[in-house]
Amino acid sequence: MSRAHLIALLLLLSGCGSETTTWHGRNLHTLMPDLAFTLHDGNDRQITAADYAGKVVLLYFGYAHCDDVCPTTLTTLAHAVHSLGNEADRVRILFVSVDPRRDTPEVLRHHSRHFSPQLVGLSGSEAQLQALAKRYRVAYGYGAPGADGAYQVYHSSAIFVFDARGHTRLLLEERLGAAAIAQDLRQLLITP
Amino acid sequence: MELLAKTLAFLAPDEFSPAVLVTCAGAAWFYHRGRRVERALYRATLFWVGLLLIYGVLQTHYDFYAQHMFFLHRLQHLLLHHLAPLLIVLAQPGERLRAGAPPLLRKHLIDPLLHSRLLHSTMTLIQQPVMAGVLFFGLIYFWLIPDLHFIAMLNLPLYNAMNWGMAIDGLLFWWMVFNMRREGSSAAYHFGGRILLLFLVMIPQIVIGAAIALSGQELFEVYAVCGRVWPLSAHVDQQLGGLITWIPAAMMSVAGALLLLQRWLREQGLATAGGARCRELT
Repeated sequence: MSRAHLIALLLLLSGCGSETTTWHGRNLHTLMPDLAFTLHDGNDRQITAADYAGKVVLLYFGYAHCDDVCPTTLTTLAHAVHSLGNEADRVRILFVSVDPRRDTPEVLRHHSRHFSPQLVGLSGSEAQLQALAKRYRVAYGYGAPGADGAYQVYHSSAIFVFDARGHTRLLLEERLGAAAIAQDLRQLLITP
Repeated sequence: MELLAKTLAFLAPDEFSPAVLVTCAGAAWFYHRGRRVERALYRATLFWVGLLLIYGVLQTHYDFYAQHMFFLHRLQHLLLHHLAPLLIVLAQPGERLRAGAPPLLRKHLIDPLLHSRLLHSTMTLIQQPVMAGVLFFGLIYFWLIPDLHFIAMLNLPLYNAMNWGMAIDGLLFWWMVFNMRREGSSAAYHFGGRILLLFLVMIPQIVIGAAIALSGQELFEVYAVCGRVWPLSAHVDQQLGGLITWIPAAMMSVAGALLLLQRWLREQGLATAGGARCRELT
């Protein structure tokens, strides 16, 4: 056995390879099902996961009338994606509104424009949203409406990251900050 | 009408599991068919309540809430691991279940299994009091390792393994504690030993329950990340969950010990009465 072979074998045995990468987010590799959904976008077109094949996808649940957590999170994600420069277009932020009653396609269209060209606002029927929430084991719910009819929506804070092949890879949280998130995304783009 | 629809929706499983359905329906069917063997109503009631509890916390919408609220998850495990198995074991359903099994199944699967050496040696090993006790509280500790807990709540196979493990271990543990006369073996453990075991498994449960309830840190972040079903603060959720792991779980040990004590006294009473009669006769 040549020396090169021996080194290769040792590397293989010691488990060296792409799996030694460390992430800022939680590694979800092989823990959750691949990206799949049927929703509609701001132009009321039907959208499925296949529309984002080849893109790194950030999936986040929220609602457009949210005035604290969602805008903060979306801003952080937009910063992270923007900082990727030329690579930014290989990433999509999917903002799934779990409040379809208020977030009509038009609202979604206006809302997503505020943040980033890579952000897509999506929503769907109750059944479609529940199926997606169940797939990623997240919960959402609605508070009691106030005098003006406005109500709060409870939703997860998880940001699920899928690689270009649609495999679940990471779970990010807003508090990691744009720089750390960008670093994780860069790693995902380099080593698919 | 709306109430009916809501009730039906609640009773439908959140994540349908054929394995749970087949196991529970099979047990119910066997038990019902074997009714000639055992007629004591209180035992049958214990069995049915225990079985319904297991099915209910796994295959109704309750399971959805248990996935998203820590204290409801702890309650689910209290029922799966402590209360329901205890009720089933107290019902002593073994003979009735066997009698109720379809003859073919009994002949070719159940009886060979009951007589298999592999099952016997496995059972002898894991039904040692120390082993059973360590498994009992060890499983609780294991699934409450924060990082593992996080993953278990996201990964369906792991989540199912956790719940199955809790129910199976609960049945094994309580069966060991209450199994008075083991067939073909004289090594029935002394009542005092069983009570001591219940006391010993209580301590680590109190420790972990109190540690969780009194911790100022958010230990189980998965519930915040994936969204709670209603806006209960993370702190209160964790306190409630800790308290459930601590107090009712420990109370189950006390309840079990009292039941054992009652049987012990009855047995002693019988022994003394029998002895007295023997002396009268001689």
